[in-house]
Amino acid sequence: MADHPTHTEHIDSETGKLGMWLFLFTEIFLFSGLFLVYAIFRAKYSADFHVAAAELNAFIGTINTVFLLVSSMTAAMALTAIQKGNKRLTLILLLVTLLLAALFLVNKYFEWSHKFEYGIYPGSPVLKNMSHGELLFFGLYYMMTGLHALHVVIGMILLTINVVKVKLGTVNSERYLILENSALYWHLVDLVWIFLFPLLYLIT
Amino acid sequence: MGNEPEVSYLEYQGRHKGIWSWLLSTDHKRIGLLYLYAVVFFFFVAATLGLLMRIELIAPGRTIMEPQTYNGLFTIHGIIMIFVIVIPGLAAVFGNFFLPILIGARDVAFPKLNLFSWYLYMTGAFLGVASQFLGSGPPDTGWTFYVPYSVESGTSVIWALTAAFILGFSSILTGLNFIVTIHRMRAPGMKWMRMPLFPWALYATAWIQVLATPIIGITLLMVIAERVLNIGFFDPALGGDPVLFQHLFWIYSHPAVYIMILPAMGVVTEIFPTFSQKPVFGYGAIVISSLAIAFVGYFVWGHHMFTSGMSYYARWFFSFLTFIVAIPSAIKVFNWISTMYGGSIDLKPPLLYAISFIFLFLIGGFTGLVLGSLATNVQTHDTAFVVAHFHYIIFGGMGFSFFAAIHYWFPKMYGRMYNNKVANIAWGFNFVGFNLLYFPHFIIGIQGMPRRAYDYLPQFQTGHVLSTIGAFILITGLILMVINLMVAARRGAKAPANPWHGVTLEWMIPSPPPHENFDEIPEITTQPYFFGSKDKNKE
Repeated sequence: MADHPTHTEHIDSETGKLGMWLFLFTEIFLFSGLFLVYAIFRAKYSADFHVAAAELNAFIGTINTVFLLVSSMTAAMALTAIQKGNKRLTLILLLVTLLLAALFLVNKYFEWSHKFEYGIYPGSPVLKNMSHGELLFFGLYYMMTGLHALHVVIGMILLTINVVKVKLGTVNSERYLILENSALYWHLVDLVWIFLFPLLYLIT
Repeated sequence: MGNEPEVSYLEYQGRHKGIWSWLLSTDHKRIGLLYLYAVVFFFFVAATLGLLMRIELIAPGRTIMEPQTYNGLFTIHGIIMIFVIVIPGLAAVFGNFFLPILIGARDVAFPKLNLFSWYLYMTGAFLGVASQFLGSGPPDTGWTFYVPYSVESGTSVIWALTAAFILGFSSILTGLNFIVTIHRMRAPGMKWMRMPLFPWALYATAWIQVLATPIIGITLLMVIAERVLNIGFFDPALGGDPVLFQHLFWIYSHPAVYIMILPAMGVVTEIFPTFSQKPVFGYGAIVISSLAIAFVGYFVWGHHMFTSGMSYYARWFFSFLTFIVAIPSAIKVFNWISTMYGGSIDLKPPLLYAISFIFLFLIGGFTGLVLGSLATNVQTHDTAFVVAHFHYIIFGGMGFSFFAAIHYWFPKMYGRMYNNKVANIAWGFNFVGFNLLYFPHFIIGIQGMPRRAYDYLPQFQTGHVLSTIGAFILITGLILMVINLMVAARRGAKAPANPWHGVTLEWMIPSPPPHENFDEIPEITTQPYFFGSKDKNKE
């Protein structure tokens, strides 16, 4: 708005980053509710959780982990590139980040649809016949990876906005707060996955 | 005001004209008023629902409605009052309006985000009201959404859950905005321990909003998942645990009580020094107790669940911490009373409301300890005693503090004075009506009257009749109060810049404040509440 030309147009970078960090705290707390539920049911049904986790494909999970880790790196590199004023390199790095994020989602899609083929989805008859622990494991699996996938999509939207802004030059070596904050968000998406991956895939 | 060349925020012409200059304004003062009007509107909606419930309960058996309607009424009454009015109320209205002014800033840190929070808030609020009419009938779970009933109920619970989720998101963003504002935008020279105490209270509140609200967000999402996908987290038949829901719910909803009461404490802490013309007693103790309440408040949620099935040690622990959290609250009460002691007390409406706040808050607080003790809790759990207790805290505490705040800051917000006499009369109605409405609940509660009950045994009727009479007295007082303020906003006498001889920053600028608050950002050199130069201020 033009109401406050002196105050809203240029939020200084420290202020903007502080706000983003606080927002990331709230995201961590949002996921922590699910981690808490996971911890409780894991303690209660640890044997079942082992059995159920064996159903997940650790190979695809590992590939996805690599995708996200590398994309986090390219996001950080994009930030350094814009700080150095290299617009072309920034764009390339952002597009690589987006590509890796998309590959992550494609993998996720195949992983989920594979489970669906076996009749493993919330409320399915197959699941109802499994033990309680396995049923809850898959409930958590869908809820946690689903919420995480939603965050991947939001992160991709943010990165796309950045691509446009870098192209238009509104994000440049002088003003790159939005890119910095988007990268921070992307690191959070990565970080959450770093915890989800061993808890869901590697406990067999 | 005559010699002030600046345009007030009420008359300021920005890029947008007419109604859009309000609906698209990023001015924290205008957003504060937008919240105020919304809060007042929804308050009367929910108060009407409450009044209908009181009429129903005037006699045993059916009086004016069916049991199912009654269940819908107490649910929506609770959801609107808690999520739309009491949780955001003081912070969103007076926090928005006065936080930047009190710390010597021109606006909050993220003005656009601030406006966005208001839109989220309105969306959530209307969705909450709409859940009464949309889908398959009004939700009937109570505002606590306890499973398994909230999963099984055939009513439109999902709408209400979504409303609460959106309102929570709005609350998070407001809290985030305030924390950053306080960290980054204080006027030069305003060190932490020179900050006035209402901002301190908002700061403690904002941390709770940011750190506790996401938990309710994910919990509500889990209930939605239970309903839609049958996922089983809270369903014993599928291996889940309904008590787990109660834990998750109260991990947020108990700290939420402190989101309600901390700003209320902050408001009266501003009022006592001004109307006693004396520095606040024990500034540091008030700051520390605010932070202590916010911190300890995280670890007492279990006291809502003493009868739900918890280990003996867990109950002992939660009960002990509940008693601990009473200590900082009591420290504040001592501070307020000591502030008045020996001061030149001016019993204007704001102080009247602030003193009744202490009175009602004490009753609410002590009965809270009755509920926090393990043995007495078993007797009083889920009875009308609980209803009385939390209305004394929430309405008697937060509500009366809200009234104190509006009477205190009204001249600053609108630049006009209200009629003192009418305000005092309205206070009388409110105070008498409030006590008559809720005090009988303590007695019938101890005698065994359950909460949320549509019908009751004849022996409780005296209490219920008294309570309903109180409800009518209270609503009369509320209407009188609002009319008085509405008339004043249009036709009241022009208010001077500092009608109460206050010393905090908001009284140093014209009434109503100019668009950018301060011509020049002030330089802070002293503690707040420094009444050393008060003779100079006297007219």
